[in-house]
This record gives sequence, C-alpha cells and structure tokens, in this order.
Amino acid sequence: MPDKKIRVLIAKPGLDGHDRGAKIIARALRDAGMEVIYTGLRQTPEMIASAAVQEDVDVIGLSILSGAHNTLCPQLMSLLHDKGMNDVTVLVGGIIPEADIPALKQSGIAEIFLPGTSTQDIVDFIHKRVIH
Amino acid sequence: MSESRRGNTQTVAPSEASSAQREPSQKEKAWEQNTLGPTLEKSPERQREFTTLSDHKIRRLYTKADLPNFDADRDLGLPGEPPYARGIHATMHRGRLWTMRQFAGFGTAEDTNQRFRYLLAQGQTGLSTAFDLPTLMGYDSDHPLSEGEVGKCGVAISSLADMEVLFDQIPLANVTTSMTINSPAAIIWAMYLAVAEKQGADWKKLSGTLQNDILKEYIAQKEYIYPPEPSMRLVIDTFEFAVKNTPKFNPISISGYHIREAGSTAIQELAFTLRDGLEYVEWGIRRGMDVDEFVPQLSFFFNAHSDFFEEIAKYRAARRIWHKAMVERYGSKNPRSWALRFHTQTAGCSLTAQQPYNNVVRTALQALAAVLGGTQSLHTNSLDEAWALPTEFAATIALRTQQIIAHETGVTNTVDPLGGSYFVEALTNEIERGAWDYIEKIDAMGGMVAAVERGYPQREIAEASYRYQRELDKKEKIMVGVNDFVSEEKPLDTLQIDDTVAHRQAERLAKLRAERSNDEVQRRLNALRKAAEGQENLMPYLFDAVKSYATLGELCDAMRAVFGTYEEVAIT
Repeated sequence: MPDKKIRVLIAKPGLDGHDRGAKIIARALRDAGMEVIYTGLRQTPEMIASAAVQEDVDVIGLSILSGAHNTLCPQLMSLLHDKGMNDVTVLVGGIIPEADIPALKQSGIAEIFLPGTSTQDIVDFIHKRVIH
Repeated sequence: MSESRRGNTQTVAPSEASSAQREPSQKEKAWEQNTLGPTLEKSPERQREFTTLSDHKIRRLYTKADLPNFDADRDLGLPGEPPYARGIHATMHRGRLWTMRQFAGFGTAEDTNQRFRYLLAQGQTGLSTAFDLPTLMGYDSDHPLSEGEVGKCGVAISSLADMEVLFDQIPLANVTTSMTINSPAAIIWAMYLAVAEKQGADWKKLSGTLQNDILKEYIAQKEYIYPPEPSMRLVIDTFEFAVKNTPKFNPISISGYHIREAGSTAIQELAFTLRDGLEYVEWGIRRGMDVDEFVPQLSFFFNAHSDFFEEIAKYRAARRIWHKAMVERYGSKNPRSWALRFHTQTAGCSLTAQQPYNNVVRTALQALAAVLGGTQSLHTNSLDEAWALPTEFAATIALRTQQIIAHETGVTNTVDPLGGSYFVEALTNEIERGAWDYIEKIDAMGGMVAAVERGYPQREIAEASYRYQRELDKKEKIMVGVNDFVSEEKPLDTLQIDDTVAHRQAERLAKLRAERSNDEVQRRLNALRKAAEGQENLMPYLFDAVKSYATLGELCDAMRAVFGTYEEVAIT
C-alpha cells in the first residue's frame, strides 16, 4: 500500500489578488506528490478554517503579500483551535517583515517562507513535518 | 477575416530567427571557419544555449543575414513617423525628458499628501497615486473585509472628503496626476474631477491618467468587482466622458506591467496588453464613437524587466504593432491614434529581499532600457520594496536614479541610439512576430473577453511563471543574492504604517455620515442604480453622487446590486 498522500490547502486570505506565489506553490507541491486544494482568492479566515476541516488537510499554506498578516493569521489560528484542528501545520509565504515573525510563530504558525525561498525547501519542510 | 486584419506585417519577415533560412555572407562564412571555429575548439562557450529572461533564444552574433528583407524606411521610419519604431516624437528626449512619475500612497490622505509634496519639492514632475486594497476593491475603510488592510498598500480613500485632503495645496491644473485604480476607477475619477472643480481648475486643461484597465485585472492582478460586460461598459463610459470633457486626460492606461509581474514572458506581456488595447478600441467603436475621436486619449503601461535588449525590443515592437493595427484594422486616419504612448515601471518582481541594495543597480539598468526604448514616463522602484512600501530615503534614491540617467549618462543626446543594430532590429522583429501570433490566436477565440472567460491568458502566464520558478530552483537562471552569490546582511529599516490609520479613517467616515445630507445621498444613489439598469453613461451620475459625499463603498454597492460580482475559476 502506498502512503496516504499529504493533503495541503493553499489559501489567499484578504483582499489582495496577487496569486503568482500561491499558484506556483500549489503546482510545486502537486508535482512533489501531494494532494493540493487551492481555495482561490479573497478567502476570509472563516472560509479557510472551514475548508481545512472539510478537506481534512495536513497542511495549510497561506500566501500574504499585503501587510495584513498580523490581523489575518491570529484570526485563522484561533478559528482552527476552536474547530479542534490543532494538528494542522500552518505555513505562511510572502512579504513578512522580520520583526513580525516571532509573534506569528508564537500564534502557532509553523514556518514563514520569505521571498526567494526555493520550492524544494518548502517541499522538504512539509515532508519532515508531516509523517504518515 | 481579411488578410490585412490578420496582421501579417510587411515589417516582419517571419522565421527570421530560424537559422535554416539564414544566409550568411561569404565573409561571415569565412569568419565562422577561420576565426570562430578555432576559438570554439580552444575554449567552448559558457553555455550550450543562450536565452533571454523569457527563454527566447539568442544567437551568438547578429549580422545583416538576420535582417534579410530589412528596409529601414519601411520597417523603422524616422522618429515621430510611422511605424514609430524609433519613437513617437521627432526629437524624443532631446526635446522633452520623460515624466519622472513615482508611484506613492500609504496611510491616510494626509500622510500621502505630505509624500506628494515632498516628491514635487525634490524635482519629481508628475504625481502617481497608489490606493490601498479596500479602495481598489470598492470597500470603505470601515467595512469588515477592510480589517487589517487600511492604508497598507496605498492610501485609503473612501469619499470625496479624503480626496480633498489628498490633493490639498496641489494645483491640479498644473500637475499631471496618475491614479492606479481599476474596478472603481470611474468613481475615483469623479472624485478627482470634483476636487479640480472646487480648485477652480479648467477640466479642459487637466492632464493625467486613470489606470482603469479592467481586462488585465481578470488576466493578472485580479482586482475586479463586477463581471466583464458591465465593467467594460464603465470603461467605455469614461472614454466618452473624457472625449467630451477632458481632452488632455488619458481615461485608461492599458497595462502590461501586472501581466509581467504575474510571471508572463515579454512576448506575452506585449501581446496580451495590445490585444486588450484592441478590445477597448472595438468596444469604443461599438458604442458609436469614431476611432480617431477616442483612441488618441488611450495610453499604455509596460514593465521594464531585467533582460536589457529584450525589453528595448518589446517597446519598439509595441509601437509598430499598434500603428499597424490602427491603420489596417480600424482605418484610422489620425496620426495621434497611431502613436503608442507609454509609461514604464521597473520590475517589482525582480527586486530581491536579500541584499536589497543590489536593487538600486537592477532598477537603474531597467530604467535605462525604458529610456532607450522611448518611454514617455517612468517609475523607478525603491530598493526596499521587496519588504514594504518605500521609505522616503529609498524613494529619493529611486528618483535620483532617473535624474542620473537623464542628466549624466548622455543617452538622451540622440534619438533611438540603438536603431539599426542588427541584434536589436532582429529581436524587435521576432518579438513582434511572437506577439502577432498570440493576438491572432485571441482574435480567433472571439476577442479578449472571451479568451479571459476561457482562462487562456491566465493559463499561459501560469505556465511561464512556473517554468521560470523551476529554472531558478535548478539555477538555470540566476538571481544574484537569491540562488547564487548569497551572503548575510543586516535587515533594512522599512516604512511602518501607523496602526491608527484604520481607526482614524473609521472616525472620519462616521463624522462624514453624520454631517452630510443622507437623504440627498440616497436620492443620488437611487438615481445611479436606476441609470445602471439602463444604457446611459454613468459618469454624470457618479459625479453627482460623489459630490453629495456618498462613499466609495456605497457607490460600488449600488452598482453591485445591478451588475452582480465576478468570481474567477482559479487556475493552478
């Protein structure tokens, strides 16, 4: 029996429509053998949390370039907690000032990938973190 | 479709790129044998194949064999004359430098008004306004979906009251202003015109540009509100209004910038942008306007990416394609419709978060390409923009970069210094050919709106973007400081957006709603809704409503109720 595929939800929270990064990551993770669900644009934290429950994902990848991460990430983390999804690995990719990183990790974000990260690094991180 | 409409252009000899048809001179053949051969044997080249940033193959050497049917009079013309390969003005930057137009906007209208006045004091020659995401998406600052986004990516503008502050003590009759807004462009423009009216400025003398390019939103940047049909109606409404009331104002800036930032190739940027342009022209004609009545007021906006010659060739090809399309497809008789005028911005996506000072160098080279390509105005990115909106320090260096190119390098001393270069002309031909292929494909789909609905340009861009990422991951393409030449450096000081912006905006909106005549606002919103249900031009209704201090969100909602909203089918 092959291993169960790792399930990943890629999401674009907030009003921003710049989806180049989200789409590249979705495709790179799919090429690496994962099951990827892309939410599309303008998802509220509530929509993302519900989709994560419904799709029973192992990983949520948030793409945020707009500067709204300090508002959106804690909201999502608390919703996930309320829904009992404490095992899900939440990753953030995008433009995140270094000064904001400690607080985001404190809120439960597993890792933050900044511009210039290779897709292989993200694949490797997920493989290490999510073991079936 | 007739042959002339299909764009088989006499200025292009197809497949010039293919070496099969290439016939080198006797001298070149002898060189290959006697000089090149021994050199390659001794020291092979660094790579098997050389390509542009967009993976376009580049030959070792370009000679007249690469321009077999070249006719300079026909293919280049002279500056200010068709087909405009050498530029749209007879004297180009000898006569007038490009407009140095730095995009700025953050926080509240007060914050941005201060930055505007600072930039003008530093010798900037035009303004360019960046709006925040709630404004771009048609939400007021106090809407629940605006939480966390107010004033972050640009300035928050929710009503005419904000717009009055934004341009306080800036005489709109004398300063050209560009506004980067798309779905709610007609509303923001109505606010701008209302401010100009209050300042006593003559609309006929107002000069500036509204981005207002909804097609590239569906294709690339994704800041759309309504479905394509009503969105296009609003765009054409602004064309009609501009023709009658503001003859020096560009009601649209047809933009390749965002298409490129989304990961397209240079050819895709060129082709999709010009095909968007043709789509607007066709909708304008269908509205009943004469092509030469409104096309002179259409302007363009391209990216300046890092591949120096590819970018220069792109701008030259753009002018040639537009001229040909205007004359052959639409029978235009007015040279002002033939000449493609464009703004350029250096490539945001080329900036690196790592070793950010290198971005000054990247931006300078990209800006040089734009200048050599004959741009009419230019924004140079700031070194810290991979991290945040620019600090005043970083924005000043970016402006100085343009001033150095303009006043120190000497590249403005002659018109189109690269014209006639075997390489530049061959590359211009190839890029033009590549763009026509895409344009014809989209024609065959029934035009750009139809192509967008099928996801065609979106898919082409996603493919190109993924291909480039894989090349970076495999180090087939190098980004200095990112996948090679990596070193540690200390973090930059970046601009912090004051956390009180959202709160201050919410207070201002509450005060506005309390002080204005809400009956009057409702009356004008109802009139707008009713007009939206019919066929009339909506500009007068929008203008009327903004003057009653109806908010951006209220106006957008009134039209949402009639037009509905658009959801794309996401392509990954």
